[in-house]
Amino acid sequence: MSLAVRVIPCLDVDAGRVVKGVNFTDLRDAGDPVEMAEVYDAEGADELTFLDITASSDDRATTREMVARTAEQVFIPLTVGGGVRTPDDVDVLLRAGADKVGVNTAAIARPEVLSDVARRFGNQVLVLSVDARRSDEQPSGFEVTTHGGRRSAGLDAVDWVRRATELGVGEILLNSMDADGTRQGFDLEMIRAVRAVTHAPLIASGGAGRLEHFAPAVEAGADAVLAASVFHFGEFTVGQVKQALSDAGHPVR
Amino acid sequence: MSPRVVVLDYGSGNVRSVVRAVERAGAEVELTADPAAADRADGLVVPGVGAYAACMEGLDAVKGGRTIGRRLSGGRPVLGICVGMQVLFDQGIEHGVVTAGCGEWPGVVERLRSPIVPHMGWNTVEVPDGSRMFEGIADERFYFVHSYGVREWTLAPERPFTPPHVMWTATGDDRFVSAVENGPLWATQFHPEKSGDAGARLLRNWLATL
Repeated sequence: MSLAVRVIPCLDVDAGRVVKGVNFTDLRDAGDPVEMAEVYDAEGADELTFLDITASSDDRATTREMVARTAEQVFIPLTVGGGVRTPDDVDVLLRAGADKVGVNTAAIARPEVLSDVARRFGNQVLVLSVDARRSDEQPSGFEVTTHGGRRSAGLDAVDWVRRATELGVGEILLNSMDADGTRQGFDLEMIRAVRAVTHAPLIASGGAGRLEHFAPAVEAGADAVLAASVFHFGEFTVGQVKQALSDAGHPVR
Repeated sequence: MSPRVVVLDYGSGNVRSVVRAVERAGAEVELTADPAAADRADGLVVPGVGAYAACMEGLDAVKGGRTIGRRLSGGRPVLGICVGMQVLFDQGIEHGVVTAGCGEWPGVVERLRSPIVPHMGWNTVEVPDGSRMFEGIADERFYFVHSYGVREWTLAPERPFTPPHVMWTATGDDRFVSAVENGPLWATQFHPEKSGDAGARLLRNWLATL
């Protein structure tokens, strides 16, 4: 026996509200992240990720309160990312009840934030979130982007993951900006290239549109798969993804 | 009456989830570092995340090792979780630094040798017959997140004592102790508080022994 492939729904939240793709008819309050978290938990989600897209610092307090309410009700791991810049930001989210915290842009500007966080809280709490796309400008053929994929960070994505692993990140969330939103499947080459340079668990994200898209991501080297809209719009359930993975011979919970 | 449980608060990470999960399992829970309260409680939970050395430092600062030892000498239940399990062994080795643990069990906590580290996610547990901890949940998966573990169990079963139940989990070609049930001292390398319904059942199984 071995680890189950994790299936992780991602919820985008703004000021404590779920902002995109809500298609659950039986919710009392479709924008309430806590209620959605409970639904995903009941469907068999192995973990939940909140991506906080809140702009103002006032609203970040709302996010913390939302994380705390979720952690009171849902007894599976919670990852929170978005706007995390310093070890103190990480501390606040862990205290609110997050198990893991995603760091993205801040680490590009200051890679040492990764080692600072890993030293203070252990590498198991630290998820490096990488928004990457294909590019001829970088040796691996993949570059890191910022601003939702609109700008190049001028970094080779594969090299960045290698460095971040050395700096102590405990997990990689690899999001293909080319595949994101296309529903044409994961960028398998990108997953393979990143898998080859890190011993940290790898979450594949971006491009899931059909049930048969998930197993190839695992075969390319992903330990977990993350999706947002296909779950929120009710196209299929977490349970159906697990069944598809299981049918392809991968262990699931 | 609900059992009274103290979750030892010695500055280790996300303890709110542990408190909530034990409450949900049916206990009255107090989060405190007060040795007197920890002595008095029906059950003591020792949580722990992060670095071994940092956890031992925090535990020493609240005389946690002494509290655990006193409880066990009176046969009073203690449950260690994750690094809270690891500190029950003789020593931990992280980045070449050797840190003395509480020494309730012989054994060394060392880095896992699997190709993917940390060992993160839901894994199965090999459960011997007669385990009370895993009653009703021997086939379930539990949530792990750790880079270190105990890969050798050396405590010999000695009659007339009840031999401990030692549970194992595999990752890659590596194998480590994932739970121990040894008289009043129970411990899990995984996180029951993050293991959904299976974790809740395990906590209820523990509360039933208090």
